[in-house]
Amino acid sequence: MSEQIDVEAGDVLLTVGTMKGAWLFAGDPERGKWRWSGPHFRGEQVYSIRFDGRGGRRRLLAGTEHGHWGAVVRCSDDLGRSWSEPAEGNLRFPEGTDAALARVWQLQPAGDDRPGTVWAGVEPAALFRSDDGGETFELVQGLWDHPHRPRWEPGGGGLCLHTVLPDPADPERMWIAISTGGVYRTEDGGRSWQARNDGVRAVFLPDKYPEFGQCVHKVALAGGRPDRLYLQNHWGLYRSDDGADHWEDMANGVPSDFGFPMVAHPTDPDTAWIIPLDSDQFRCTPDGQARVYRTRDAGDSWEPLTGGLPERDAWLTVLRDGFATDGLDPAGLYFGTRTGQLFASSDEGDSWQALAEWLPPVVCVKAAVVP
Amino acid sequence: MPIVHLPGALSGHAAGQRRVEVAGATVGKVLAALGQVHPGVGQRVLDDRGVLRRHVNVFVNGESIRYLSGIETPVDDTDEVWILPAVSGG
Repeated sequence: MSEQIDVEAGDVLLTVGTMKGAWLFAGDPERGKWRWSGPHFRGEQVYSIRFDGRGGRRRLLAGTEHGHWGAVVRCSDDLGRSWSEPAEGNLRFPEGTDAALARVWQLQPAGDDRPGTVWAGVEPAALFRSDDGGETFELVQGLWDHPHRPRWEPGGGGLCLHTVLPDPADPERMWIAISTGGVYRTEDGGRSWQARNDGVRAVFLPDKYPEFGQCVHKVALAGGRPDRLYLQNHWGLYRSDDGADHWEDMANGVPSDFGFPMVAHPTDPDTAWIIPLDSDQFRCTPDGQARVYRTRDAGDSWEPLTGGLPERDAWLTVLRDGFATDGLDPAGLYFGTRTGQLFASSDEGDSWQALAEWLPPVVCVKAAVVP
Repeated sequence: MPIVHLPGALSGHAAGQRRVEVAGATVGKVLAALGQVHPGVGQRVLDDRGVLRRHVNVFVNGESIRYLSGIETPVDDTDEVWILPAVSGG
């Protein structure tokens, strides 16, 4: 156990949220040696935690959820030695909404041009915005007032807005994803939103291709090609090359198109990774084999990556935010499981090492390079 | 005024106090007034809608308000209100 961790510029910082607290892992730029601190927030559920290095800061943001006292967003500017303790709650539904914050699912810094802005996706499904680096948040009313909202339904994890993707090239454009609601896009900074689910299947509805209502599990923006996105659905793998206006099935040669996370390569738009699960009923790695699948051709084909991963009797579950890349070249990859393992690869998935094996159930893994 | 007993985990949000006196004719009004005086306590006991959080129990003179009249349970100046975390978790 360690409460403290030190980093230098160029180190990789992993932020790992679990059902019983959070851990921080720091790796050297070669990503061969790791050190860690934790648990932070003992006993609290941490569904969102990440590093924000914009604007000269080294800030950690964490959405923590106490079993008795509720959820809040906390900040640390000293790598977890101390955390803010907002006295009055800093992310609250305003009067008149008849809603109460249940969980902070996603904390997403905006682009470098807006170093104070942080987006938060929460349950019940709503988007909040902070303009003070994550210390206080306000409801994005434009999405809350969307006429579709009363017909969004909770998935197995609750009615959550779990993905927030600001367009790096256009600060007014952003995508979000909701389970179950689907993908929505704004082009005016959040004032108006349009459902963008054309081609995405909803196996659990009479109309299999509705305008909205899909159970989208995760969406990732491809690096190096504006308007390309990858999507892991509740059954279904999709790619869009037009900013989510249309989606194409890309479940070619995978053992299952059910799964939760989706990770896109930071610079190669044709490369992405998934971790297929057996089915929505079983939700474990198929055949007891822990395998990451990679495409190098934008989803036309997928190859299993097995180096260093358990190949027998490994019935693992990786949730929607349990898989991340660090953005380096070659891309580092990291995933955590519901059974407490944390795996890392520094060669784009060809080989893996276990960084931890006995954590509480992992629900969030994010990676960043320390500036 | 009714006396409200706070759990240790919340005393830090009430200047270290474990007992506070708060005016109110019902449990709901006492809790709302408590939130006005000590917002950090109020936010942890009541959710954004002002509803008692699921895993927080409130007792009046030793009886859970779940078996009385909920937050409408009347209190008077001699009553003692206890806020306690419920048994929960895993």
